[in-house]
Amino acid sequence: MKSSKKVVTIGGGIAGMEASSFLAAMGYDVTLLEKAGELGGHLAKWEKLFPTMRLGKEVLNFLSQGIYENVKVLCNAFIERIDRELDDFRIYLADGKVLEANAILVTTGYDLFDARKKEEYGYGIYDNVITSADLEEFFSSGKEIRTASGKTPASVGFVHCVGSRDQKIGNVYCSKVCCVTAVKQSIELKEKLSDVKIFCFYMDMRMYGMHFEALYKEAQEKWGVQFIRGRVSEACENSDGSILVKVEDTLAGRPMRLTVDMLVLMVGFVPSEGTKKIGNMLNLEFGPNRFFKTRDQHVLTNVSNVKGVFFAGACTAPKEITHAITDARAAASTIASYLEQNSVEKRTI
Amino acid sequence: MINFGYTLPSDRQIVYDKNNRETATFLRSKEPTFNSCIQCGTCTATCSAACFTDFNFRKLLLLVNRGETFEIIQELQKCMLCGKCLLVCPRNVNTRNILLNLRLYYAF
Amino acid sequence: MRVQGKQNIWKEYQKEIADDKYFYVRSCVRQNFFPGSEVTFLRILREVLGKNIFEHPCHTTCTGIGYHGDIVPFDTLMTIVARQFSLMTESGFENFVPSCITSFGIYTEVLDTWEHFPEAEEKVRNYLKKATGREFKIPGNLAHASDIIYKFRKEIAAKSKFKLINRNTGMPLKVVEHIGCHYAKMFPDKGVGGAEYPYVLTGMVEEWGGEVIDYPERRHCCGFGFRQYLVQANRGYSLACSYKKFESMAPYKPDIIITNCPGCPMFLDRWQYVINEMEGKKYGENGQGIPVFTYEEVAGLVLGYNPWDIGLQMHQISCEPVLDKIGIPYDIESKYKV
Repeated sequence: MKSSKKVVTIGGGIAGMEASSFLAAMGYDVTLLEKAGELGGHLAKWEKLFPTMRLGKEVLNFLSQGIYENVKVLCNAFIERIDRELDDFRIYLADGKVLEANAILVTTGYDLFDARKKEEYGYGIYDNVITSADLEEFFSSGKEIRTASGKTPASVGFVHCVGSRDQKIGNVYCSKVCCVTAVKQSIELKEKLSDVKIFCFYMDMRMYGMHFEALYKEAQEKWGVQFIRGRVSEACENSDGSILVKVEDTLAGRPMRLTVDMLVLMVGFVPSEGTKKIGNMLNLEFGPNRFFKTRDQHVLTNVSNVKGVFFAGACTAPKEITHAITDARAAASTIASYLEQNSVEKRTI
Repeated sequence: MINFGYTLPSDRQIVYDKNNRETATFLRSKEPTFNSCIQCGTCTATCSAACFTDFNFRKLLLLVNRGETFEIIQELQKCMLCGKCLLVCPRNVNTRNILLNLRLYYAF
Repeated sequence: MRVQGKQNIWKEYQKEIADDKYFYVRSCVRQNFFPGSEVTFLRILREVLGKNIFEHPCHTTCTGIGYHGDIVPFDTLMTIVARQFSLMTESGFENFVPSCITSFGIYTEVLDTWEHFPEAEEKVRNYLKKATGREFKIPGNLAHASDIIYKFRKEIAAKSKFKLINRNTGMPLKVVEHIGCHYAKMFPDKGVGGAEYPYVLTGMVEEWGGEVIDYPERRHCCGFGFRQYLVQANRGYSLACSYKKFESMAPYKPDIIITNCPGCPMFLDRWQYVINEMEGKKYGENGQGIPVFTYEEVAGLVLGYNPWDIGLQMHQISCEPVLDKIGIPYDIESKYKV
């Protein structure tokens, strides 16, 4: 059933793609705007996914199958202005196009935390301090894992919670995916370099997802990854370029120092630049953590403070892929009930 | 040597790079669940010996893992091998086999 | 190591440093430790840079040493700080320049306290008025004396007679920079370059031809600590801190250590002797120690001052090997002449 109602989705990552697919399947006229040259967002950069080690591109391929002719995709789209006319919107793009919308879905997602802000870890200064995204780039590109001087690392440390749960840099929330990503990447490193010694420095292991705990146990038991409870206080460079890590082994109650050839910083989520920009354009409310504030934390999780504007994905909070996909489908049905003025729309809390 | 009225105290840091982890390697080969410990402390909470001595099985496993094995022999003598820790461990760590193997390793 | 990464951080931590008309307050202990340093600072500011810098004869200790030794309460400390400010105000100055790092930390801490708790400032104004009849203005600019030298490092380089270069090899001297803890650890944005990668001494060293080495225990305290050092039985604890630093820097073979705090050069210098006595270890070349200088002494050397005029004879570790390395002439006969 074709509808004359128009929905514009801003952001072509996981949530934007999946919500657009469902809205188009319901018969709406959907335009998906993406600022980059192609769809996929962060997903396109991750080789294997926790907890199953499925290839990221398989999920991307699945999501793409939903983007059929009813979804008009505009890549390299730069939004200049959004006007409101009664309950409808007019979206002006930099290339002169003007889009009309009866509802807008904001799926502007997250950016990775800029690890340079944690000065004490020396990212951008010490050659062998990298981020989880840099390590994933090794995996995706198929490049050999080497230190800056071209040596196969004999030991690698993973620092959890970089840019998360840290009042000092202004992010008090948990980014949810980093613990299990460290476990995933540890296992992948062990698969590639069987002799490498791996240390994970964590505050809590937040293995909340189904199968996460099993993956954690596999990392310990099968792969011998060492988990050390304590937040790294500083990383320093030794004269040979290896990294000296200072941490408290909180379970032994003593400070500890150890050398690793490579230190991987598990960078968390921060609201994306796009989230800030679109939020300001549409006068959307931000929560205390600078992600979008949803109308209600339990039941109106896709609804914004502006009538006709909805959210999905990591623009409201850090989410892993599974959650971003279910959130997108929820947003699609929320938008449909808004456009059709279904009775479920009239509930209050 | 001049007596300055003070000494140079040693460093309290665990210097992992210099520690000998042979015991941990041995244990891992004998009992793979040695590595599965998540340091929850259930073993120590239920431990018969821990009620009356400073025996701490959780910490023993941790220190063996870190290669801090200097005082391990005295520790091993405190365990009564009652098996309660085996009963409660949520990660199915074979605590009994670990302790028996440690005794074997240190030959008593 | 990518210097660019550090430069990005240095850009974030630039502080305002007044360019003239300074009210200088001396350290209580430096005049005993390395008496040439403050004299050299004043000489450079007046003779080389042509600045107006004033000292008040009624200036006292800031009591930071007693505060950190747990014998001076904070209210007393704040009132004494207020009195120093009143001396500045009465003398017609507004740019306050402490020589001591702990004083700098104290002044910063007190000003920050007053900013957040204006009632504390009111209370202290009242105390000061009652006790002495004095009043004061908050300094327009607070900069540590090393900030001033940092600000004019290029001017000093332009007038330098020597560079921090080994004249035999033509290579830059390898320099360990050690920043006093109270310079930026408590208030990172009050220090040039911040707390993790302070630039204040690095900037001088680079400008004057040397090369700074970044060793793992760079951020570790020298071990002074106040009450730790003051009690003899605890002194080993101070010693252990310096020992940790020497063990960590030794593989980099530093030529000199440069510092900006009263305590650090004293301890890093004297402890090398004690460590040698206790452990039989020396950290410099040819069975020598690593010379430890204050930034004023290094500036004086670069400007070609007579090493004995700037007080290098007061150091435990002989400075002559480094003077030879740079090619600075000295008269060994007059080293200890008064």
